[in-house]
Amino acid sequence: MTAEPLFQPLFLWLAGAALGLLTVATLIGAVLAHRVRSPAGRDTVRNLNARIRSWWVMVALFAAAMLLGGTVTLVLFALLSYLALREFITLTPTRRGDHLGLFLSFFVVVPLQYWLIGFGWYGLFSIFIPVYVFMALPSLAVLGADPSDFLTRTAKAQWGVMVAVYCLSHAPALLWLDIPGYDLPAALLLLYLMTVAQLSDVFQYVFGKLWGRTRLSPGISPSKTVEGLLGGGLTAVAVGTGLHVITPFSPLQAAGMSLAIVTAGFFGGFVLSAMKRDLGVKDWGTLIEGHGGILDRLDSVVFSAPLFFHLTRYWFT
Amino acid sequence: MMIPLLRPALLGLTRLLVGARASWEGCAPADVPRIYFANHSSHLDTLVMMAALPRELRARTHPVAALDYWGGSALRRSVAVGCLNALLVDRTGKATAEVMDAMAAVLEDGRSLILFPEGTRGDGAVQPFKSGLYHLARRVPGAELVPVLIENLNRVMPKGMPLPVPLICTMRFGAPLPPPVDGEDKAAFLERARDALVALSHPSPSPSRHDSSQRTAQ
Repeated sequence: MTAEPLFQPLFLWLAGAALGLLTVATLIGAVLAHRVRSPAGRDTVRNLNARIRSWWVMVALFAAAMLLGGTVTLVLFALLSYLALREFITLTPTRRGDHLGLFLSFFVVVPLQYWLIGFGWYGLFSIFIPVYVFMALPSLAVLGADPSDFLTRTAKAQWGVMVAVYCLSHAPALLWLDIPGYDLPAALLLLYLMTVAQLSDVFQYVFGKLWGRTRLSPGISPSKTVEGLLGGGLTAVAVGTGLHVITPFSPLQAAGMSLAIVTAGFFGGFVLSAMKRDLGVKDWGTLIEGHGGILDRLDSVVFSAPLFFHLTRYWFT
Repeated sequence: MMIPLLRPALLGLTRLLVGARASWEGCAPADVPRIYFANHSSHLDTLVMMAALPRELRARTHPVAALDYWGGSALRRSVAVGCLNALLVDRTGKATAEVMDAMAAVLEDGRSLILFPEGTRGDGAVQPFKSGLYHLARRVPGAELVPVLIENLNRVMPKGMPLPVPLICTMRFGAPLPPPVDGEDKAAFLERARDALVALSHPSPSPSRHDSSQRTAQ
C-alpha cells in the first residue's frame, strides 16, 4: 500500500468534479420539482431528489474515509458488508439450525476477511470464504439435525456471504495492490472503480428515463431498458477512459477496464434483481433514501470489484 | 452520571444490530396517552421499541418491566429506570392494585406505556393475552390502545439461543383498537386485541415495502 497522502491537487480536482456534478444534479432536481405537474411525474421527481440528497451523503462519507486512509476505508467497507449481509439474511428464510453459522458470519467472517486484506495476506483472503467458510456453514448447520430445505438454506447463506462480504471486500483490497511504476496513491484505483461503476448506474438511469423505450427484461428488472444500458454504459466507458490519468492504465487499457466494470456491474445489478424477485421484494432495504438498501446501491460494485481487482493484479503487478 | 452516555450507546448498538425501523401504518406518532401493546419475542423487545420511537415520544413513554428481574440489582435498575424510562412492576400478583395505580397514573399524566400482554414469549406465534391490558383499558378509557407488531426479533435471538444474528426488525404500528365496550367480557376483548396485533403481520417475509416511507410520513 502506498503511504503517499491523498490530499494533493489531483484529488482536489476530482473532489471539485464530484461537487460540480452533485450541484448540477441538485439544481436540475429543483427545477424539475417546480416544472413537473403530472402525479406520476411528481413521484419520479420526488424519488430523483431523494436519490440526489442521498448521493451527497454517500460521496461525503466515501471521500472522508479515503482521506482518512486505508484503515478507515477498510472499516467503512467492513461496515457496509455487515449491513448488506444483514439485508440479505433478513429477507432469506432461515431455521434454528442456521443460527450459529449466521452469527459467526456476521461477527467473525466479516472482521476476519477485512483483517486479512489489511494484513496484506492475499493467499488467504482470496480463498478464506469460498473454501473454508463455504465448508464451515453447512457443517455447522448439519449439527442442528434439521434436513428440511438443507440445500436451499446452505446456498442462501453461502450466497449472502459471497455477495455481501467476499465480493465487496475486493474493492478496498485495491489499496493493497503494489503496482510497479504507479506512483499515485492506490486509493485512486478504488475511486476509479467506484466512479465508473456508480456513474454507469446513474447514466443508465438517466438515459433510461429520458430515452428508454425497449424493456430489457420486465420480469426481472422493470426499469432496465436497452437504450439506458447502451447509452449509460458507453458514457461510463467514455468517462472511465478519460480518467486513465489517475490509473496505471493507458487510455486504451482504461477503456477495456471500464468496459469490464460496466459489463460486470450490469450483470451484478441484474442478478441481484432476479434474487429480489425470487424473494418477493422490490428493494433490499430502506437505509438509503430514494435508493433502497445498501445492496441496491452496491449491486453493480459487488460483481465488478473482484473482476477489476484480478484484472489489475494479473496484468499490472 | 453514566446514564446520559449509556442511553445513546444502548440505542445505537440496538440500531446497529436490528435496525429498529418504525412503520406507522394505522396511526401517526403523537404525544397523546397511549398503551402500545406489542408481541414479546425476545429480551431485546423493550430496547428495540424505545429505539424505534421518535426522540420526543421516547422521553414520554414508559415500558412496563418486571421488578423481580430489572429491580434485581442497582445496575439493572439504573439501566431500566434511568436509560429506558421503565416502570418497574411487581408481577407476582401480590400488589395488583398498586401496579394498576402506577400504570394509570402515567397515562393520566398524559404519557404513554409499552406493554407486552403475552407475559411469556413463544416461538414465533403470538400467545394468549394476560388480563392486565383489559383492566387498564377499563380504568383509563381515554388512552389509545395501539397494537405494535415487532417483526423478525424472534429470529434475532430465538428462545434458548444466547447469541444474536443481526436482522432488520420493523415495528408495525397499527390503528388504535376501540376500547372495551360495556357488556364485552374480558376474554372477548383480549381475543380482539390479540387479533388486531396478529393482523399486522404481512404474508411475505419482507420488511421493506417500497411504499413504507410514504406511510411513515402520513
